[in-house]
Amino acid sequence: MSTAALPLRTAGTFGLRASLSRNRRWALITSYVFLVVFAIFFLIPPYYMVVTALKGDAEMAHMATNPWIVADGITLDQFRILLTKTDFLIFFRNTAVVTTCVVVITMVVSVLGAFSLGRMKFWGSSILATGIFLTYLVPDTLLFIPLFQIVKALGLLNSYWGLVVVYPTLTVPFCTWIMIGYFQSIPKELDEAALIDGAGHMQMLTKIFIPVALPGIIAATIFAFTVSWAAFVYPMAFLYSADQQVLTVGTVTTLIRGDVYAWGMLMAGALVAAAPPLVIYAFLMDYYIAGLTAGATKG
Amino acid sequence: MAEVVLRNVTKRFDNVEAVRSINLHIEDNEFVVLVGPSGCGKSTTLRMVAGLEEVTSGDILIGGDVVNDLPPKDRDIAMVFQNYALYPHMSVFENMSFGLKLRRFPKDEIKKRVDHAARILDITELLDRKPRALSGGQRQRVAMGRAIVRNPKVFLFDEPLSNLDAKLRVQMRTEIKRVHQMVKTTTVYVTHDQVEAMTLADRVVVMNGGLIEQIATPQELYHHPKTRFVAGFIGSPAMNFMHCRLEGNGAGLRVRISDAVSLPVPSAHVTRYQGLTGKELIFGLRPEHITEPRRGAVEGISEFSPTLDVVEPMGMETIVFFRVDGQEICGRVDPGSAAGPGEAMRLSANMDHMHLIDPATGAVL
Repeated sequence: MSTAALPLRTAGTFGLRASLSRNRRWALITSYVFLVVFAIFFLIPPYYMVVTALKGDAEMAHMATNPWIVADGITLDQFRILLTKTDFLIFFRNTAVVTTCVVVITMVVSVLGAFSLGRMKFWGSSILATGIFLTYLVPDTLLFIPLFQIVKALGLLNSYWGLVVVYPTLTVPFCTWIMIGYFQSIPKELDEAALIDGAGHMQMLTKIFIPVALPGIIAATIFAFTVSWAAFVYPMAFLYSADQQVLTVGTVTTLIRGDVYAWGMLMAGALVAAAPPLVIYAFLMDYYIAGLTAGATKG
Repeated sequence: MAEVVLRNVTKRFDNVEAVRSINLHIEDNEFVVLVGPSGCGKSTTLRMVAGLEEVTSGDILIGGDVVNDLPPKDRDIAMVFQNYALYPHMSVFENMSFGLKLRRFPKDEIKKRVDHAARILDITELLDRKPRALSGGQRQRVAMGRAIVRNPKVFLFDEPLSNLDAKLRVQMRTEIKRVHQMVKTTTVYVTHDQVEAMTLADRVVVMNGGLIEQIATPQELYHHPKTRFVAGFIGSPAMNFMHCRLEGNGAGLRVRISDAVSLPVPSAHVTRYQGLTGKELIFGLRPEHITEPRRGAVEGISEFSPTLDVVEPMGMETIVFFRVDGQEICGRVDPGSAAGPGEAMRLSANMDHMHLIDPATGAVL
């Protein structure tokens, strides 16, 4: 009896294992198929940008050529003209200045704000924390009208310093919100241990909380960077002379004259403008993902 | 000189009184364990000594000075937390030296102290590691090392072994005791585990409902509990409690548990209990005092034959459960003599260790 049952059961277990691994293989194949479709879908625009930026004006003007490949030889003319004959470098510098200032202001304000709202319980702190997030929900397409009056009153109209004042209204609420969640996920015994070790609140923040919450801080930094690097509505509304303009609006206004599109330079400009965020993402991606997920759950 | 004194200390959270006017005097270098069920106020008491909770009323004195309004860092205490609370981004050395660095100790002094503490705790090889690369027991050692290097007036332990598995807990318990013998410092230790309390403490403070039930040495607590709570909390399996009536029996007394079972009170106890004759009381007897009849039985031993409900062999002894008048009783017998479940077994109660408890106040009489 028992000897007869043994091979049967072994076969049964083996069959189950085989079907499990078959299921797993199918799941993998399906996910890869979708991933490849997704990747192609998202990589087509950048590919098209690269191809266009590397073509000469003559090839682009020739309607019979294949738009997906560079047929007449690769040229860097578009980049050369963009960097030497237009205000592109001024836009780039302005954007870099604005973004750096905004990131610094945002991180100082939101780290301090999140630390006090997340770790020091005081009267009204939770309402204040929710209130901060609610302000983020007001879209900038509505806000720019009242903000126009404020920027004008500050005498910062048509100055990129106006953006330095205005962008934190977009970045601070969200970054503070991320950081509150992150700081709250740090066990309270850690501050108590630091208190007993002799740390004051500022030392606790700089020596314990900021290093421990670094992934969250990096996530918030990337967010602030992206928002101020890519903002379009505010510079469109508040800036009008070329020497103050930033990349997003500047590229579009100088390289599109009426109905004449300088496609090659537009694409080259977009690529150069996209480079800094790309580099930052590539280096900090692991931290970024860890930061976005770690704050969400306790432990 | 670092006595810790609590004078009428009360802690109120909103409307809940977590600690109710407790008084406690901890001697210099004494190892005192606060023990009790969860919510009894033991952790709150420790946190008030640490300065992590404010005192609602009363005074806390460390080394003779009132510290009520001092922040934790100025109280010269060190604390070991249940979840270790190591700084995850710092190495073991940095974790242990953090407090000294903040107090601006010279570098060579810091190194000397950390090395010394690391030797005591046998963690010298781990000094360069980060906490995430350590096991639970090693983390606990580092947490203790962080306390030792400070050379504080008082060590505070908040359930330091609760996160460890059973085997490691026993090892670390011995370790803590060894460290205390080497580094003589006043120590306040909170736990809900009565075995930890009994094995570690010079004196045990049993707390319940925000009040201190009894302060005594482990031996005294075990043999002479003052309240029913202490009698039931200390000891495993817990003490048996049975409703009874004390009856006169000529010159002696008998404890009547049911119509069928009544046990004689040893003559040594008769004078003490004389005045309670005729009263409804609670009779308490520890499981180890209900055994198979043993040789050399003296006066005060009383035999009866219940039918066993459950039999639990433990190896060195067997725990037997049976019912008397609907009340479950537990005894500890020699494995060789234990009967099976459903069988009758001859048992004897050693009445020399009996307790009588007032059902109204819970006081041991």
